[in-house]
Amino acid sequence: MNKLFGKLNAAALMLGAWLASSAWAVNDLPGGPAVRQLNLHPAATKIAEEQAWLHWFMLIICTVIFVVVFGVMFYSIWKHRRSVGHKPATFHESVKVEIAWTIVPFVIVILMALPATKAVVASKDTSNADLTIKATGYQWKWGYDYIKGEGEGIGFVSTLDNEHREMSNNGAKGVDIDNYLLKVDNPLVVPVDKKVRIITTANDVIHAFAVPAFGIKQDAIPGFVRDTWFRAERTGDFYGQCQELCGKEHAYMPIHVKVVSAPDYAIWVQDQQKKMAAKLDDPSKVWALDDLVKRGEKVYAANCVACHQPTGKGAGPIKALDGAAVVLDADNTKQIRILLNGQNNGSMPAWKQLSDTDLAAVISYTKNNWSNKTGQLVQPAEVKAAR
Amino acid sequence: MSAVLDPHGHTAGDHGHDDHHGAPHGWRRWVYATNHKDIGTLYLLFAFAMLMIGGVLALLIRAELFQPGLQLVNPELFNQFTTMHGLIMVFGAIMPAFVGFANWMIPLQIGASDMAFARMNNFSFWLMIPAAAMLAGSFFMPGGAPAAGWTLYAPLTLQMGPSMDAAIFALHILGASSIMGSINIIVTILNMRAPGMTMMKMPMFVWTWLITAYLLIAVMPVLAGVITMTLTDRHFGTTFFNPAGGGDPVMFQHIFWFFGHPEVYIMILPAFGIISQIVPAFSRKRLFGYASMVYATSSIAILSFIVWAHHMYTTGMPVTGQLFFMYATMLISVPTGVKVFNWIATMWKGSMTFETPMLFAVGFIFVFTMGGFTGLILAMAPIDLQLQDGYYVVAHFHYVLVAGSLFTMFAGYYYWSPKWTGVMYNETRGKIHFWWTLISFNVTFFPMHFLGLAGMPRRYADYPMQFADFNALASVGAFAFGFAQVYFFLFVVLPTMRGKGEPAPQRPWDAAEGLEWEVPSPAPFHTFETPPKLDATATKVLAF
Repeated sequence: MNKLFGKLNAAALMLGAWLASSAWAVNDLPGGPAVRQLNLHPAATKIAEEQAWLHWFMLIICTVIFVVVFGVMFYSIWKHRRSVGHKPATFHESVKVEIAWTIVPFVIVILMALPATKAVVASKDTSNADLTIKATGYQWKWGYDYIKGEGEGIGFVSTLDNEHREMSNNGAKGVDIDNYLLKVDNPLVVPVDKKVRIITTANDVIHAFAVPAFGIKQDAIPGFVRDTWFRAERTGDFYGQCQELCGKEHAYMPIHVKVVSAPDYAIWVQDQQKKMAAKLDDPSKVWALDDLVKRGEKVYAANCVACHQPTGKGAGPIKALDGAAVVLDADNTKQIRILLNGQNNGSMPAWKQLSDTDLAAVISYTKNNWSNKTGQLVQPAEVKAAR
Repeated sequence: MSAVLDPHGHTAGDHGHDDHHGAPHGWRRWVYATNHKDIGTLYLLFAFAMLMIGGVLALLIRAELFQPGLQLVNPELFNQFTTMHGLIMVFGAIMPAFVGFANWMIPLQIGASDMAFARMNNFSFWLMIPAAAMLAGSFFMPGGAPAAGWTLYAPLTLQMGPSMDAAIFALHILGASSIMGSINIIVTILNMRAPGMTMMKMPMFVWTWLITAYLLIAVMPVLAGVITMTLTDRHFGTTFFNPAGGGDPVMFQHIFWFFGHPEVYIMILPAFGIISQIVPAFSRKRLFGYASMVYATSSIAILSFIVWAHHMYTTGMPVTGQLFFMYATMLISVPTGVKVFNWIATMWKGSMTFETPMLFAVGFIFVFTMGGFTGLILAMAPIDLQLQDGYYVVAHFHYVLVAGSLFTMFAGYYYWSPKWTGVMYNETRGKIHFWWTLISFNVTFFPMHFLGLAGMPRRYADYPMQFADFNALASVGAFAFGFAQVYFFLFVVLPTMRGKGEPAPQRPWDAAEGLEWEVPSPAPFHTFETPPKLDATATKVLAF
């Protein structure tokens, strides 16, 4: 036995030493998780503050009860042992005691429920929002549409930085970046101190939109709209992740909310509106092959590469594009239809939310990349006609 | 061991193979088993085998999560692991293990000769083999095993490959098996008690199983219904849950959790029963508040039907719905608290000794209560908005399912195995198993509370760097926990099954009460062939 305990001791020591000299040179991410964080995120909204308060309130009550109850139990274990010669008593019933320890917990539970009720009612009140944004869950990215308020009409898709996805595939060896798996191409930008209502929905399966520092989590359900709200009290970057299992890339659809001051927000809105005007492609424009392929490469990197891989070979159940009959086929409509409608029950999702030009570009790209050298060109008009 | 005698005067012709002489030998003994003890053994071995399969899946999950980044598996396979770990542990390990305990102990504890429907008993066990094979074999089907989580939420299930259908079929069969087992248990308890054992004199384990069996009959058909709807959505053009055809994905969750929450109590009530037998035995004192224990168990069972939507606070319920489910859920802590208080009052001023069954029982009360408190915290809808679908939830339900159900099964094994096998287990090894299990369990699951509070979502194959240390710690603990259970089987269970160890006396525990201690150790193949005459407390046999 002694030998065994010696070994256990040594193992525990080694474990402790290894944990202390943790190999990850990572820092806390403000607005996101901290290294070895023990409690909820620092609150950035009233609701989150209230949640943190409630959590402490519950934790303290529960700990006190726990200590009292198990204090009694361990006292009993210590004193009422046969080895110390304790003789068993014979009582086995007491209606009074039973009633007492039914009523007292009942009262405690009611006391707990009162502040919680207040918080529930507050978190459910989505009326009188200054800004309404629709967050749409896609497999596996978030789409944001500014529906009402300043910036109405802005819409974009927010995807995890593909470099991070590749780091993950490579085992994240030597990676020590603070926002690993939380960096997106287009963060959601909102003004500080304004009531922002988030309407959630989804395109395919259930996702969940969550930002811990705001104290919000709302499932995004296909075919239904739900809503939640927050009023951020300070500027900065805040992070969340999809919280409802949504398929294989579930861990790779982060949420990044950038809270900015009112003037900064106005500038951002103007900027976005200009960009959108410039981006507005004329679907009847006739493109040259090179330009379209170049654009398609970007569309591929943002939307397709996670499954079909940079090599176009796919992986596992994901079909290869390189050398695929559908891609090489002279009849473009076959591939267009798959992109518009999806295939295999949605394992290949529908991409009809992309613009005609983007779809034409990415199809042209797959037809002229890797070993696919068809020279075929799909014009946006063809996609438009197939919709 | 004698031949099967028929105390109820059926004609021998009904009994075909086993009306000759001696206990059946070889494979026939097991395949044609109608003896409740043999079937109980089969159930327990089956459950342990599934525990190992589910455990290996858990360790694969923990191995992948040991460090950030994907090292061992791709996310698709990872999701298959989490899904199958859940399904196998719930439907393959915990539920059948408790049915095994019920088979062994209920007839012995109520003085019955066997279960009421011996052949249905055989059928309900052997149904599980093809179902489990199909479930575990789904890894080898095209597209791999189901990867939609054990909760099988629509519409993600609509995207799964053919293995989803195999899993649905397997769950149907396991459900049918559970329902048959429950009917058997209810009929046995209500009709086959020895004269003089009134309902309010039944051992607590029998009481809790009676209530559990009713829960099972009430909710297994609900599960069958909801997975059948999933099946028809997948193949026969219905759109119950498919929004594209006007279906409602949230309806799936309502129906699933209407099954799922009582299911939670199905997995814990028999555990309460086992603890209520062990604590008095080693405190050398009668169970405190027997009647209130029965009422508390019944209240928990009834309340379990009106709390299901606390699993769904983030789906976006109306405020009144959220408040109702919050209040109802918090109410459950009252009868659960009564049980814990009763156990401690039983220990109070007793004359306690701490053999392995008692260690596991006290360990259960201690660690399960922690799971109970985190449950109370999760019940608060505003806090749940932070914790839902995160690692806090994972920590919570492993505290109640592993430290709850699994610990009591170990306690029950150590308590009753002398009666089953006729030899005493090795006490030192039992104690090593207990401390090893308790410590590694907490090393595995306690850090998960912190991960959950910090916002790490569950079912993630990879995570931000800041979560790395606690994940590494949990993985180390998980492997230690896994090896503890291999140790348990190889060094505790196997020797007793082989009959190695000190011969067990008829009453290995001096203060244990109940009819199971009125028969010799090991319990003969047939016991209580004629109804025994009991004393006034229904714990002693006056004459066979």
